[in-house]
Amino acid sequence: MSVQAWTFVIVGASFALYIAIALRSRAKSTGEFYVAGGGVSSVANGLATAADWMSAASFLSMAGIISFTGYDGSVYLMGWTGGYVLLALLLAPYLRKFGKFTVPDFVGDRYASQWARIVAVVCALFVSFTYVAGQMRGVGVVFSRFLEVSIDTGVVIGMGLVLFYAVLGGMKGITYTQVAQYCVLIFAYLVPAIFISLQVTGNPVPQLGFGAADLATGQPLLERLDGLHAELGFAPYTDGAKSMVDVFFITAALMVGTAGLPHIIVRFYTVQKVRDARWSAGWALLFIALLYTTAPAVAAFARTNLIQTVSGKEHAGLPEWVGKWEQTGLIKFDDKDGDGRVRYVADAATNELSIDKDIIVLANPEIAGLPDWVVGLVAAGGLAAALSTAAGLLLVVSSAISHDLLKSALCPQISERGELLAARISAAVAVVAAGYVGIHPPGYVAEVVAFAFGLAASSFFPALVLGIFSRRMNASGAVCGMLAGLAFTSAYIVHFKFLAPESNDAQHWLWGISPEGIGTLGMLLNFLVALVVARFTPPPNAQVQGLIDRIRVPRGADGPRAARRGETPRGRA
Amino acid sequence: MTSHPPPRGQRYWLRNVRLVALLLVLWFAVSYGAGILLAPWLNNVRLPGTGFRLGFWMAQQGSMLAFVALIFFYARRMDRIEREEGLDERDEEDAQ
Repeated sequence: MSVQAWTFVIVGASFALYIAIALRSRAKSTGEFYVAGGGVSSVANGLATAADWMSAASFLSMAGIISFTGYDGSVYLMGWTGGYVLLALLLAPYLRKFGKFTVPDFVGDRYASQWARIVAVVCALFVSFTYVAGQMRGVGVVFSRFLEVSIDTGVVIGMGLVLFYAVLGGMKGITYTQVAQYCVLIFAYLVPAIFISLQVTGNPVPQLGFGAADLATGQPLLERLDGLHAELGFAPYTDGAKSMVDVFFITAALMVGTAGLPHIIVRFYTVQKVRDARWSAGWALLFIALLYTTAPAVAAFARTNLIQTVSGKEHAGLPEWVGKWEQTGLIKFDDKDGDGRVRYVADAATNELSIDKDIIVLANPEIAGLPDWVVGLVAAGGLAAALSTAAGLLLVVSSAISHDLLKSALCPQISERGELLAARISAAVAVVAAGYVGIHPPGYVAEVVAFAFGLAASSFFPALVLGIFSRRMNASGAVCGMLAGLAFTSAYIVHFKFLAPESNDAQHWLWGISPEGIGTLGMLLNFLVALVVARFTPPPNAQVQGLIDRIRVPRGADGPRAARRGETPRGRA
Repeated sequence: MTSHPPPRGQRYWLRNVRLVALLLVLWFAVSYGAGILLAPWLNNVRLPGTGFRLGFWMAQQGSMLAFVALIFFYARRMDRIEREEGLDERDEEDAQ
């Protein structure tokens, strides 16, 4: 069978699986639609959270970014995993005990303020929608690359699939398809990684092969890579080029941003008990770490392979895959000195080769000469990663509209059936809107994603943590804190990314902190403003004090959940 | 409903906060400490038997393994603390 046929078969089979699961787990109540009826086991929730979290960016781009930046790429590895420690220790168990449906639910009830709820809804909508647009684009790119349809057709196919299972099954359908999607994506990531590790180092475990000796030279792989980088004028692979301050702040912004992302937090509302929320955070991070510890190994193998394959070689004599990727524009060769050889160096004036970062994962099977079915597998994995994240985000968008805006703020008398219908309609509208943005992407998708993390870090996280750990924190403090954090972070990012992009360099940054890392400072500002304002305004009333007491202890987890249980059977799908 | 938790609830909360504080110190130490602030210095050492420079390894492997361990440790300890304080959810679930 050809690569194309294999891809159709594997992608088709995985889609059939997702649809079958969606048909088996339809949501019958708002409780099932928003939080899967609160009956998901901790391991299943861990798997679903891992798939929800790992997007097209984690699957396709991350190894490539690390490959081209070496040590600097660690900000993504630590930043996108360390947030789970914050979630497990500071947020998940208490939010599960609180036990309603959404993040704005908690903010609104804890601070007994519609204002706080509305600020939270706006943040949730903005963060989730910017994210989902990127995912739909990712779906389109994978389709067009592997199935030779246009990107737009790819986006439409992806929209149809997500529409089907998100609208039908809500959180319940999404949870169980995400479990299947995790299995597909991790298998698709590990198979090529193991093959390549064996080829380069003779060790089948990429995490170990990464630190072993290169089979060709007998020298430790990373030492050899540092040497190659030195020859070509790049910063040493294991040291990187970013300043320590910037690495510190970006890592912190990504960690805290992760802990503040509504589509991740809401997953912890779906488990049965408070202790399950802690355990499932552990399972989720274990499943994520399986991919995240493999990625830097893949990055180092690919970097070595790439430099050895192209550097100083005759362009005409390069392997076939180079030409194939040149046609797609992801590899570009410009023979500046006209000698027919590839000069790949750090100096932009004489460098002749430019390589897109996504190629590292996409072309890995070809670079390593793996069988055709592996290429189909990578396509199915990339689609699983993008679709699972898109579905989780769309659910947050739809529940923010139907539950937080409609039910909690605009028309509280709406019936259970009316709210469920509204949730389905807003999910459908959100899918179509996301698809539209995916087909007509604004030119600044990458910038906007940095924005989403910075905003999640500087708005939600402090309001949630203070709401749980400080009895004194009141609505004025939380709202002022969120607004200060938001205003500062967005002003800084908008200034450097949109108004004065030409001055976006270390000399002009505040204390050497790039826009990617500024969310950390925004978060600190939020904490500071909130604590100061709360000191000078009255403490929360007795009802709120009672709520704080209730969420701090696990016993009686069904306080506010009793209603939810009454309306939904607790059985699993 | 009482407006303040009974004493065992307060003791439970205190034990929880102390455990969280300790684990957050470790969380900071393995990532920001070993993986970033001390990385240039730790890079002078190699992880025995491998080609990894220690600071680089902490940033790209070690910190993530430590995060997983920290969460599972917290989940286990909290199960125990909840049993000792009589606040675990199990008996309640059984009673239903």
